[in-house]
Amino acid sequence: MPKIIKNGQIIDDDWQILKLDGEQTAASLAWPDGNIMVPMTAWLERKAEILSRSKRPGVWLDSHEDVEAIAGDLEHFVVIGLNFPKFTDGRAYSTARLLRERYAYRGEIRAIGDVLQDQLFYMKRCGIDAFALREGKDIEAALSGLRVFSETYQAAVDQPQPLFRRRTA
Amino acid sequence: MLSSAQLRKLAEISRRYDRSVGHFTTRQNMQLNWPKFEETPEILGELASVEMHAVQTSGNCIRNITTDQFAGIAPDELTDPRPYCEVLRQWSTFHPEFAFLPRKFKIAVNAAREDRAVIRAHDVGLEIVNNDAGEIGVRVFVGGGLGRTPVIGKVIREFLPRKHLLSYLDAVLRVYNRYGRRDNMYKARIKILVNALGVEEFTRQVEAEWSHLKDGATTLTDAEFERVARHFTAPEYEHLPQDDFSYAAHLKEDKAFASWAKRCAHAHKVPGYAAVTLSLKAPGFAPGDISDLQMEVIADLADRFSFGELRVTHEQNVVLSDIRKRDLHEIWKISRANGLATPNIGLLTDMICCPGGDLCALANARSVPIAEAIQSKFDDLDYLYDIGDISLNISGCMNSCGHHHVANIGVLGVDKNGEEWYQITVGGQQGNATAIGKVIGPSFYADEVPLVIAALITVYTEQRTPSERFIDTLQRIGIEPFKQRAYAGRDKRKPARADASENLTEVVNA
Repeated sequence: MPKIIKNGQIIDDDWQILKLDGEQTAASLAWPDGNIMVPMTAWLERKAEILSRSKRPGVWLDSHEDVEAIAGDLEHFVVIGLNFPKFTDGRAYSTARLLRERYAYRGEIRAIGDVLQDQLFYMKRCGIDAFALREGKDIEAALSGLRVFSETYQAAVDQPQPLFRRRTA
Repeated sequence: MLSSAQLRKLAEISRRYDRSVGHFTTRQNMQLNWPKFEETPEILGELASVEMHAVQTSGNCIRNITTDQFAGIAPDELTDPRPYCEVLRQWSTFHPEFAFLPRKFKIAVNAAREDRAVIRAHDVGLEIVNNDAGEIGVRVFVGGGLGRTPVIGKVIREFLPRKHLLSYLDAVLRVYNRYGRRDNMYKARIKILVNALGVEEFTRQVEAEWSHLKDGATTLTDAEFERVARHFTAPEYEHLPQDDFSYAAHLKEDKAFASWAKRCAHAHKVPGYAAVTLSLKAPGFAPGDISDLQMEVIADLADRFSFGELRVTHEQNVVLSDIRKRDLHEIWKISRANGLATPNIGLLTDMICCPGGDLCALANARSVPIAEAIQSKFDDLDYLYDIGDISLNISGCMNSCGHHHVANIGVLGVDKNGEEWYQITVGGQQGNATAIGKVIGPSFYADEVPLVIAALITVYTEQRTPSERFIDTLQRIGIEPFKQRAYAGRDKRKPARADASENLTEVVNA
């Protein structure tokens, strides 16, 4: 079974990420059994159908997709995947913070796509708590990417007070 | 700002790991051009031993914050901008959300009446100002930048109270991070987004975002600002009269010293003190280059005369900021003996110049030989003084590291079918009246460049009124007379065309 990092641990993962590859459209997508993460467009078009399945859904957003579109639906999702098409595409860092800080989403936020050890610290700080590493990467070694620095300057999801407020406290 | 110990360490590093030379850049950083890749961990270790680093010096992140080289000592400053820079440094260092922006992001701060930090040519420029109620805050410029598409920054907020500085910048960066273009790296800087949306719409989006962030935990506290500001205390100045007798006597007796002092000594807000610019624009040397021995000499000068501190300017010179006037003559003698006293600050040969094609993989053309050719064409100091204040900057490619767009005379290296050509612009300016220069026409061969510069200067010296600088004359009489003189007698040669057929290959640095 594939493995991911979640809350700092390596765990088995059975979520299937449904993609709109090639001919596939949101309308033509079929639902396999088990846990599925659907593309945001599919969710927006086929909400009722997805909710009628026996398992609660996950959804995933590509880096250019605005989280505002699903802001009213968050209670339905067990997991929200944020895709990093390339590690240099940093839009999902903002998306993750918006989910946690503006929309108070408490479920799992999972980084998917070009997810690498060097980015995990930033991702964690922005509220991403699960990491599906890029295929072929050493997941054990990647764990240390969550602990690069012992202290941070800025307020973020993992530490809502900036260092300067904690210093004076 | 550097301490003497840091500069000595840079000298040592340049000797051990490089060719005993460093290059100061317009980012007020030092660049080493020949370190071995496998030795970089050791170099970083050495840097860390004196509290230096190379964090966020490349990549699409927030780069180092820059400001006025005379910060804290300038008579025309409202307040010391350095605590603002340090607050911003902490906020931007490993900022979790903005490490992978569409492109690099540069922020500069100015607190003086005259902007010496080129804030209008930065992604974000911050001008520290008072509002009508006397409160302190910043005027926020966004979307300035040079490169392929030079743009002057636009004001998106006239007055932002200091406490909101960081949360407001979070909002600016978030809008940019989410909506800046990522499909084309040449159109990915924030200036392109601001232009595409229009400044009103961009501002509206920032304000909308900020409405959620305002007054959050990132709101800067007075206690924190003051804590940071306490790291930038004034040194133990002596109580001195404004004028120094021995300095006045030396000025009278020694013409060479007086010439140097006129160009290289600057007003200081403390009576009896001056700041000094040590020129790294000596004839025959690449602008901004400094040898290991010169670094050590400057470190010694700083220890002896300037409280052990020095600054690097974006014009690629070094400043000793706190010099007693009575010490100026001694400093001049020592710096002159070490090639650091070329009395050309603000003159034609005080050029900003990128490393160019000799060293940079991105460059279309060499820039240093052009700088040297101009230096040797204009080697008569009296003539340079006669020409007076002027800026001449050289970039080896359209990435514009040499800031040619904002120079009175700009030189840009272009590649045409494998040949190096040079495009000339005039009328650019930095400072409060920042302006982008205009191309005068088809580009030139390398060996023509000094002659073209000479032709432009001649138009000025013929047409000027007694009080006019080059830029003033240009603005009064327009570009046409300069254009005509630059191309006079050149029409027989097959002209190069400055049009789309030029292979303006742009490579974007990491």
